[in-house]
Order: sequence, then C-alpha cells, then structure tokens
Amino acid sequence: MELTTILFYLFALVTVGAAAVMVFSKNIVHSAFALMFSLIGVAALYVLLYADFLAAAQLLVYVGGILILILFGVMLTSQGLTVDYKSTTVNLLPAALLSITAAALLIFAFTTTKWIVSTPVDRDETVYDLGMLLMGDYILAFIVVGVLLLITIIGAILMSTRLITQTGKTD
Amino acid sequence: MEYSIMEWLSDPGLVHFLIVSAMLFSLGLMAVLSQRNVIMVLMGVELILNSANINFIAFSRFTELSLDGHMIALFVIIIAAAEAAVALAIVLNVYNRFKTINLDEISTMKG
Repeated sequence: MELTTILFYLFALVTVGAAAVMVFSKNIVHSAFALMFSLIGVAALYVLLYADFLAAAQLLVYVGGILILILFGVMLTSQGLTVDYKSTTVNLLPAALLSITAAALLIFAFTTTKWIVSTPVDRDETVYDLGMLLMGDYILAFIVVGVLLLITIIGAILMSTRLITQTGKTD
Repeated sequence: MEYSIMEWLSDPGLVHFLIVSAMLFSLGLMAVLSQRNVIMVLMGVELILNSANINFIAFSRFTELSLDGHMIALFVIIIAAAEAAVALAIVLNVYNRFKTINLDEISTMKG
C-alpha cells in the first residue's frame, strides 16, 4: 500500500463520515462542527488531487467564512434545545429512498463509463498558472464575480439594517 | 475488467474520487429533503456544492480538462460564499418575522 492510497481512504472516510454525522445528528451545533470536519476532508482531497491553491481557498472561504456564518446563524436563531429531532425531520423514509437511489445510480454510471483518462501531469504548484488564466482567459468572469460579491455585500447590509429599523418600529 | 478488485482498490484514480463525491451528493440531498430547519437545509446545499467541486477537480487532474476545472471550482467557491451570506441574512429576517425557522411553518409570502 502506498502512502497516497492510505491518505485517500483516510480523508474519504473523514469526509463521508462527517457528512453522515452532520445529516443524522439531532443537535444542530453538532451538525455544524461535523460539517467543519467534512469540509476539511474535502480540502485534503484537493491536496491529493494536486490542487494546492483550491485547498487553501477551501480552508479560507468555507472553514473560515461560511462555517462561522452558519454558526452565527445557529446562535442568532436558537430556539433552545427544546426542539426535538422528530419535529424537525420529515419524510425520512422517502428522502432516504430517493437519496440512496441517486447514490446508486451515480455510482453505477461512474463505474461503468469508460472514461478517457490521460496520464496525470505532475505539477509543482498551480498558483502561477491559475493567476495567468485569471488575468487572461477568465478576466470577464473574474470581474463579473467581483461585481456579484459587491452586490452581495450591499444586499446583506441592506437586509440586516432593515431588520434593525423594523424591530425598532414594531417592538 | 482484467484487474483484480484488490488491485483496483489499492490504486485511487478518477472513479474513486467520483464515488466519494456521489456519496457526498446523496448525503446533501438527504439533508435538503428531510430536514425542516432552514440552516440544516443550507448545510446540505453546501455539501452538494462541495461534491460538484470534487468532481471538477478530479476531472481536471485525470482528463484533458486541465486548469479550466480549477477555475470553475474557484468560481463555484466564490458563488457559494455569496449565496451563504445572502441566505443567512434572509434566514435572520424570516426568524425575526415568524419567530421560527421551521420550513413547514413559514407559509405566508406577504404580511
């Protein structure tokens, strides 16, 4: 067994296992922390796929940003620990059936297709090439995404300030 | 298939990563369909986006789609960040108005 094989199985197990804990956990805070382990496992899989910059971006944006946002959402909308699992989980059997069917179909399609696999190029780093692409072929998408992020910030600020003035007025 | 199954298991290639992403996708689908807490549904959407990203990067390593897959995955991460920010702002507004974040009880659109 090579080291990369062992690492692949380790991180795949961490990713899928933590995702399963996230979905089936009764406590939403436990779910958020399980999601953190799942995202870290995905970042490790990126490293195994020679995508160093994307692994760093995953750690910074998902684990450092989105997860903190979700934890704040949990804390600001907390209804105490009185809400039980049964009332927040519906359609358990049809949902399980549908997702197991989806997984089986996807895995069947992935394993039976003859992929045209090229021999992987061993790269040292992707940052230089990604930067060249970002400033070359993808410059329009880059600028559009920048504008999108600006609109997002303005929209989020607008919504949360409206929240404050409304509560000030009604309550 | 000429290889033995052990040989196939001991050499992780494209299909192994695709299977991991299929499992992540189905778990995210399970969260979106069965949970009635808005934040749990959002976490399920994040899982689905991550599984798509694993697919893009696995294809960009093992097939001809070289660095273009990395670029698409990068844009997916950026848009996921924007989506999470706006969705959390909407959830806080909804919680302020309805005093609940159970999706089944949020049933009116105006007033």
